[in-house]
Amino acid sequence: MSALVIVLIVCAIAAAGFVLGRARALASAGGDIRGLHSLPSYYGLNVALAALLPALLLLALWSIAQPLLVERSVAAMLPDGVDSALVMSDVRRVADGLALAVAQGALSPQEVAALDADATDLRATLGDVGVALGSAVTPEILDAARTHRAMSATGDLWRAIVVIAAALAGTAVGWSVTNSALRARNLVERVALALLAFAASVAILTTLGIVLSLIFNTLEFFRLYPASEFFLGTTWSPSFGGGSELGILPLLWGTLYISFIALLVAVPIGLFAAIYLSEYASPGVRGIVKPLLEMLAGIPTIVYGLFALLTVGPLLVELFGNGGPLGLGWMDGGTAVMTAGLVMGIMLIPFVSSLSDDIINAVPQALRDGSLGLGATRSETVRQVILPAALPGIVGAVLLAASRAIGETMIVVLGAGAAARLSMNPFDAMTTVTAKIVSQLTGDADFSSPEALVAFALGMTLFVITLVLNVFALWIVRTYREQYD
Amino acid sequence: MDDLRRTEALLSQQQTKISARNVQVWYGDTHAIKDVSVEIADKTTTAFIGPSGCGKSTFLRCINRMNDTIPAARIEGDIEIDGEDIYDRRVDPVRLRAKVGMVFQKPNPFPKSIYDNVAYGPRIHGLARGRAELDAIVEKALRRAALWNEVKDRLTAPGTGLSGGQQQRLCIARAVATEPEVLLMDEPCSALDPIATAQVEELIDELRQNYSVVIVTHSMQQAARVSQKTAFFHLGHLVEFGDTATIFTNPEDSRTESYISGRIG
Amino acid sequence: MSDAIAPTPPARAVSLHATDARTRRRNAAEKRFKAYGLTAIGIGLAFLAALLFAIVSNGSAAFTQTFVEVPITLDAEEIAAAESSIVKTSKYREIIHGALLEQLADAGIETDMDAAELGKILSSSEAAEMRDFALANPERMGETVRFDFLASSRVDGYLKGRVTRDALARDQNLDAAHLDLVDRLAEQGIVVKRFNWDFILGADASDQRPEQAGIGVAMLGSFFMMLVVLALALPIGVAASIYLEEFAPKNRITDFIEVNISNLAAVPSIVFGILGLAVFIQFAGLPQSAPLVGGLVLTLMTLPTIIISTRAALAAVPPSIRAAALGVGASKMQSVFHHVLPLAMPGILTGTIIGLAQALGETAPLLLIGMVGFIASNYPDGVVSGFTDPNSAMPAQIYEWAKRADPAFYERAWGGIIILLLFLMTMNFIAILLRRRFERRW
Repeated sequence: MSALVIVLIVCAIAAAGFVLGRARALASAGGDIRGLHSLPSYYGLNVALAALLPALLLLALWSIAQPLLVERSVAAMLPDGVDSALVMSDVRRVADGLALAVAQGALSPQEVAALDADATDLRATLGDVGVALGSAVTPEILDAARTHRAMSATGDLWRAIVVIAAALAGTAVGWSVTNSALRARNLVERVALALLAFAASVAILTTLGIVLSLIFNTLEFFRLYPASEFFLGTTWSPSFGGGSELGILPLLWGTLYISFIALLVAVPIGLFAAIYLSEYASPGVRGIVKPLLEMLAGIPTIVYGLFALLTVGPLLVELFGNGGPLGLGWMDGGTAVMTAGLVMGIMLIPFVSSLSDDIINAVPQALRDGSLGLGATRSETVRQVILPAALPGIVGAVLLAASRAIGETMIVVLGAGAAARLSMNPFDAMTTVTAKIVSQLTGDADFSSPEALVAFALGMTLFVITLVLNVFALWIVRTYREQYD
Repeated sequence: MDDLRRTEALLSQQQTKISARNVQVWYGDTHAIKDVSVEIADKTTTAFIGPSGCGKSTFLRCINRMNDTIPAARIEGDIEIDGEDIYDRRVDPVRLRAKVGMVFQKPNPFPKSIYDNVAYGPRIHGLARGRAELDAIVEKALRRAALWNEVKDRLTAPGTGLSGGQQQRLCIARAVATEPEVLLMDEPCSALDPIATAQVEELIDELRQNYSVVIVTHSMQQAARVSQKTAFFHLGHLVEFGDTATIFTNPEDSRTESYISGRIG
Repeated sequence: MSDAIAPTPPARAVSLHATDARTRRRNAAEKRFKAYGLTAIGIGLAFLAALLFAIVSNGSAAFTQTFVEVPITLDAEEIAAAESSIVKTSKYREIIHGALLEQLADAGIETDMDAAELGKILSSSEAAEMRDFALANPERMGETVRFDFLASSRVDGYLKGRVTRDALARDQNLDAAHLDLVDRLAEQGIVVKRFNWDFILGADASDQRPEQAGIGVAMLGSFFMMLVVLALALPIGVAASIYLEEFAPKNRITDFIEVNISNLAAVPSIVFGILGLAVFIQFAGLPQSAPLVGGLVLTLMTLPTIIISTRAALAAVPPSIRAAALGVGASKMQSVFHHVLPLAMPGILTGTIIGLAQALGETAPLLLIGMVGFIASNYPDGVVSGFTDPNSAMPAQIYEWAKRADPAFYERAWGGIIILLLFLMTMNFIAILLRRRFERRW
């Protein structure tokens, strides 16, 4: 019985429990709801929750534990000395394939029991039901898969029985304690509060998921490839045949170079735009210009990527490439640090300008009045009073923008090129950490090879860098805000 | 004491510093100042009193054109300082404000050192030709604001670290550092405790010897204590203007009397 | 106040009406500073204009497509013969090319090309199209049916001005003679350009046939992902916000959750892709490339946005409302669910729509969970398979087109962007309307 069916059955039991509980509460008060502690539906909900929560919790735990237990006992059957992770994934696929074949009627359970890996072409049979296998099935794997399937089937049956029994038991307990004096609302609200708190902790679970998935795979990578060479290597040349050099330095250099150019574009433009909008512009102009600039922030990054690849890149080549009007010959192809940096800068303009705008507006009007009242011009007021006062906040905003630039993916994937190199020329194609995460994980790579696992180490590096920047920037901005609150 | 003040006032009254004629101010559709004419004497403290929202602060801000910084404000009429129309096209508000200093309701020291706060005006107006001269200007201004002895050992400390009364005196020092001829004060003591208020009031009386001081206050006692001339504003009108003693003891207009005796406002 | 005594300052006898050099300099500096600000805004707006211009000028062509009208007499015998051959489509192709040659003769256009050479102006999808029609309509055997075949992408590009005669010099497929013929056919109304619904509703095609590619299936993929995001992110986000804003005790754990949420909002999207790959696909064994998984990843990405805006909406409800509900004997939970939440709903919905719009445009994490490539070439069979069958999403489909070698796909990519931006603009417009309509001042 599949998990979905079990959930539906449990829900049906809970619905029945709701009706029963509500009725029992009303009956215990002699049909007069004034005799009840809580509204009747709270008694119903109480019973329904007693049915749902233990059953669903049990289902979740069972569903996590069962595959682990099954695989452990199957792994014990396999001969020693084989790459167990690889073989296990084969076993799992064959087992799934067999289950699917039986479900679709391509094989009968008896046929499965009688299957012989040497005689039958299992690969073709399973291919017909939609399970593609990488290599032919050996007798050991077939045996293991059969055991796997049998154990899983038994486990699934027991899971259904136990979970449904738990739901029924919960209903019974909930129903039996129902009487007019039961504080049903308090019980229900306590559960509701727990659910709300659980929802709030999803954020923590997400972070935990990110950290764990990065750490485990990164450690796995460092088992296959020395960490010192990863962090200090100056060559990036993965080859899926083996013998890859996976040094992060060229990627970090590309990332930082592109981010630097992006900030060089975004910070002056964004900051001056924010100053003009908050200190000079009339409300009418502000009301038009601000949303227009913020439109730049609402445009998806894929659009910027395409803009870099197809518009800005060719334009820059025309200007700076061979035979351009400037006759410089600096640029060979459209994808370059300059292309990606420029377009990323455009993307960050509204980010810098709206953050700076908030921060400049948080500077108290009294300081402006004080400066103007002494006979300072507006620009003197901005430069000598407002900007120094807003400086911490603006630094925070720039750091947030930098973190955004470092983590940006689509613009660099499309606009920066694929060559990992350590070069000073901004018109060279270079690549970044994010672009390489994409390219290492979207090929047909085997996920246990260092060439694929390196993406997790890259992701870990990226996560740590941006996290440090964010925490620091948010801390600065918050301290700054508190200063004027 | 009162007699002495009156004599002093009469002595310096001869010279009119600021003269306003038929001034009207609108904020958008609101008519905030209605046809106000007043002559403010040099080396005198003039107090503007009246209930909140009566236009006294608005009128004060017309004198150094601070209302220019509010886009919705519109001003008509003439205001002359030393016989020169300050709303003339040739007048640069930046230079006007150097000549007409202003102290605000809430102490607003810049987030800079005490020294830099006071040196800010002289620096932007180019009043000092070197570090030594600037030092001298800062010291003089701080002495004049009666703050020198308290801060002379920590001139590099941030101005925001001072107490409220010290901050307000720092703002006064900042305003007098540019050698203004008129000093406008917009409820300068409303955010201060009684002791700090007494210090600032004493200071105002000292400053009057050199400047024409105009002070907006909602405290009638304060007006009586520090000013020689008092103007009573009500609903945008200048109701009555005259010697402080006369206004408080023998007002002509019934509205003034009601306000002074506490029946309105 | 002994130190306050100072001599009367000398009155500066400079008239206010005279200007001095220093003031002029300062005012010039003021003007320059203001000009910098205006320049910055000008540059920002110019970038926006350039971006929008590039999108519209490059993408609008994707919405029209060139078709070649060919009347073909369906001959039962010919079709039976084609069906019995090994490479069925090649027989159909012969029939079509023959019919095209006939049509040329009827129209009085002379050519020395043979049928196969002439057929190069058609898309290579033509045979499959005819076969599908013939097999689906056996009752129309013997009739003459007018087929509208897609022209090849080169011909399409030539008529749209994308492909020049010079560029064709190096092309193996078409040459100038074909283009002369196309010009004559266009005059005769046999080659026509029409609005192309198949681009909006159709499926992706192989990289040999850009003229056939459409974004419709990827649009469905995006739609199913958005359903997942809406179904998960809205309830979880609202529940989390209610807890943090109304119930959470002020302690370390709550602080930690709050810091966590604001940091999650700034984690690069690609990291969420890694999370999805490692947790949902590798660990939990969910199917790769499925909108369900894409939706889960985007849910986690969108949650911080929704939580932040929902908390703002809850905080904007004045405490007096809560006090009023508590005062008549409602429990804290009842006061929140009966009074605070309904009042905060417009703000919550606005934040949710903006979060959805962000999720709709997100590409990078989808690449990692495999929502790329040709997989958007079949419509899902039903609702369940809509969630679980491999599919792409609009931005991922655009990325796929941008990567392909044939520049004819670039036009598709820009066109896809127009559609994507129309969706985003509609969503933002709804959000603005909601905000205007229900804006409440306490």
